[in-house]
Formats: sequence, structure tokens, C-alpha cells
Amino acid sequence: MIHTEIAIVGGGPAGLCAAIKAAESGAKVIVLDRNSQLGGQLIKQTHMFFGSQKQYASHRGIDIANILISKLEDYKDKITVMLDATVIGLYEDRVLTIDQGGKYIKIKPDTLIIATGASEKFQAFPNNDLPGIYGAGAVQTLMNVYGVAPGESVFMVGAGNIGLIVSYQLMQAGIKVKGVICRGPKFGGYAVHASKLRRLGVPVMPSHKVVYAHGKDKLERITLIKLDENKKEIPGTEFDIEVDVLCIATGLTPLAELLWQMGCEMKYISELSGHVPLRDKNLMTSLDGIYVAGDVAGIEEASSAMVEGSLAGLCAAKAAGHIHPDFEALVADCHKQLYDLRSGPEGEAIRKGLSKAELKEVGL
Amino acid sequence: MRIEQHPIITFNKGRKVQFTFDGKVYEGYEGEPIAAALHDAGIRVLGHTHKLGRPRGFYCAIGNCSSCLMVVNGKPNVRVCVEKLKEGMAVETQIGRGDIK
Repeated sequence: MIHTEIAIVGGGPAGLCAAIKAAESGAKVIVLDRNSQLGGQLIKQTHMFFGSQKQYASHRGIDIANILISKLEDYKDKITVMLDATVIGLYEDRVLTIDQGGKYIKIKPDTLIIATGASEKFQAFPNNDLPGIYGAGAVQTLMNVYGVAPGESVFMVGAGNIGLIVSYQLMQAGIKVKGVICRGPKFGGYAVHASKLRRLGVPVMPSHKVVYAHGKDKLERITLIKLDENKKEIPGTEFDIEVDVLCIATGLTPLAELLWQMGCEMKYISELSGHVPLRDKNLMTSLDGIYVAGDVAGIEEASSAMVEGSLAGLCAAKAAGHIHPDFEALVADCHKQLYDLRSGPEGEAIRKGLSKAELKEVGL
Repeated sequence: MRIEQHPIITFNKGRKVQFTFDGKVYEGYEGEPIAAALHDAGIRVLGHTHKLGRPRGFYCAIGNCSSCLMVVNGKPNVRVCVEKLKEGMAVETQIGRGDIK
């Protein structure tokens, strides 16, 4: 059994920032990631980030991953990274069990940060499992990390930022994008991304959905239908489009299995895209010493995941007995950054969701 | 199909290696996921559902969705979207739940 002051599950933007801040506070940290490299989904984000300077705005995701990883190097004596290490269990006595290349390892941390991220949602329509139908993240991984084209021509379902950005990235890789749809009367992503696509001649079509996928062993064609303003199908408006790739970018859902297993208080909050742990303002769950950060706590952007990671790192370190010399100021700054990132009309749903996820402090 | 030219990314590929898929020889780059090499070769059907045998392809690419389970070097239920390609690997279509020998 390995003992550590802080274990962090997940080495994406949230986990990396948590590790840096915890180590900066003086705590001994183990970062666990099931992949063979750190960075999480940043490693496929070739676009530049929005937000402010503190969240590396106008840097590409791939570069942010490298910046964070090199910062980790500065704390070599404090941070141990375990790669290809899948956490398979988290028990009531707070022992983490890990499978690393077929080896079974147990870790007992004093405090724990769960930053496992999210997984992609499916869409329900007949033949939605045909080869050629991919999650948008999978398309990004395939083309931006491994340099393999997903197919000849792509149709995108979902016009949030992921759908719009991945469509643009497909075009950058020389792959035809036949169109982007979403169910609502307005697309959800930033107008700047949609305009970029429209300028390149890609139709961005709100009020549409896929009703059928055709093909025997792989996707050949899809049937779309128009929707009215209440997202109801308008009969007789079906039409077909020939494509070999259908990319599903209709959102993510938190990868919260470990939190369930541990017995954290969970709640379904649609604005946060699934079941999320209740947490206090410093990201501690209903279980003392168990913190969350990033998409596992509710789907947002990588920018807020990084800030949440820093906040959880600072607070978990404090709980483990290591108080950062600038603790108060840094925590206040994290709260301020999160407040700013979630302000404005774009942050409305997130604010509403988070207000439902608040852990009410009892008896204090 | 490989993306040869990209405005932002330079792809660092491993050395070229050979592997077999259902007995036929293919080429890929060492260290990339098996699924990437298969995809490049135009192979889209990776797994099959247990009950109805419906073909399944690449869906999540991060080892989450179980859509791409195949037999690799005799071992069943390998997630080929995350399993790294090595020289001489024998990749096979899996039918049913697979047996551990």
C-alpha cells in the first residue's frame, strides 16, 4: 500500500492545475491517469482558448497541456505521476485500487481530488451504432492526435462550441463537412465559430435532427427532419444526405463512477449535464477530504476546469496540513476567476445549475 | 487515410510496423492505437454486439464506450482505440464475449 498526502485522479486540465497548486502548497501528490500521456483532452484541442490571460486565453489547448506539464516538472520532488494507471475502485476506507499494466496497486491518500472529466453522450435514432458514427471528441482524437482522417465527408450533429470547432478543424485537415445541425432554433456555440464555417460554405442549420442512419456495415446516408420552434418534428420535411461520417457533438456527461462508488451525495442537474456531486464553495464533496474539479463536477469549459483544479488543489493541500503562503489571496482569486468565466448570458445555465449543486453546510 | 498536410499540427509518428488483421498483413505506426491503423486501412467495423452481432466501429476513442473490442494476440476484449500498435501484432475480429485461454 502506497501512502500519499493527496491523490489526484485524472491528469487533464483540472487535475494538472490541482497538482501544481497542491505541490506549491508543500503537499506530496500522486497524479493518476489511465492514458499514457498527461493533458487529458487538451492534447487534441488545436484551437485557441477564450477566457482571460490567467486561463491561457489565446493559447491552443495542445500548448496549454505542455505548459502545465512543464510546470509539473518544477515540483518533481513533490509530484509523482502514474500513467497507464486506471483507478478501478475507491472504497469507504478511502483506499484507491489501481490497475497499471496488469499490476494491482493500492494507494491510501489523506485527501483526494477526483478530476476524471466526462464522456460523450449518444443520440437516440435507428442505427445510431453504425460504424462511421463517432463522438466529436473521437473525431478530434483521430485526426488531431493520430493524423488519421475519419472519412471522406462528415455531417455534424450539435452546434455548440464543440460541434462548431470540430467542424472547422475537420476542414483544416482537408475533410469535407456537409453541414451542422442542432435541434433548437438557435445554435448554442459562439457566433464567431459559426460565422467562420458559414464563410467557408458550410451550412449551419438550427431546428433539425437526425431521424435515421442508413447503411449495412457502415454509414452511407442519413435522414434529417425539420423541427418547429418547440423542437417538434414537422411531418413531410425529411431529406437525405450522403455521408460516411456522422459526428455527434451533443454534449458530454460527467464520469462520476468513483464518486458514486465512494458514496458522495449526488444529484441530477440538467444544466450541468448529468449526475454531479454536491460540493461546497471550495469544491469539497459531501465526504470530508474528497474534492472534485473540472467536468466531473459539471460540464463546462477547460478554462473553468483549470481554475477549479487550482482551487481544489489549494484546499485539499490545506486539509492535508499544507497551507499555501498566499492561501487566502489565491482562493479569492480562483473564486473571482470562476465568477468572471460564468458571468454574462452564456454562463446563465451554469450559474443556475451550480446553485442547485451547492452543499448546504449543516450545523455551522 | 492519413492527413498529410496540416496548418497547425506536425504529427510525430513512430516507426512503420506490420501487423495482421484477420490474417491479412497491414502497416501502421508503432505506438498509435490499433484502431488508428485499422482506420487508415479503411477498416471501420471493429467490434460486434454480443447478442445481435451488430457491427460496431470507433465511437469514443478514449477507452470508454466498449464499441471497439477485438482479439489481440489471442486476448479477447481489447479496446483497440487505446491499445498501442506493436510490430507483429495479430488483431482479429471478436465474435461473442470471447474466451480467456
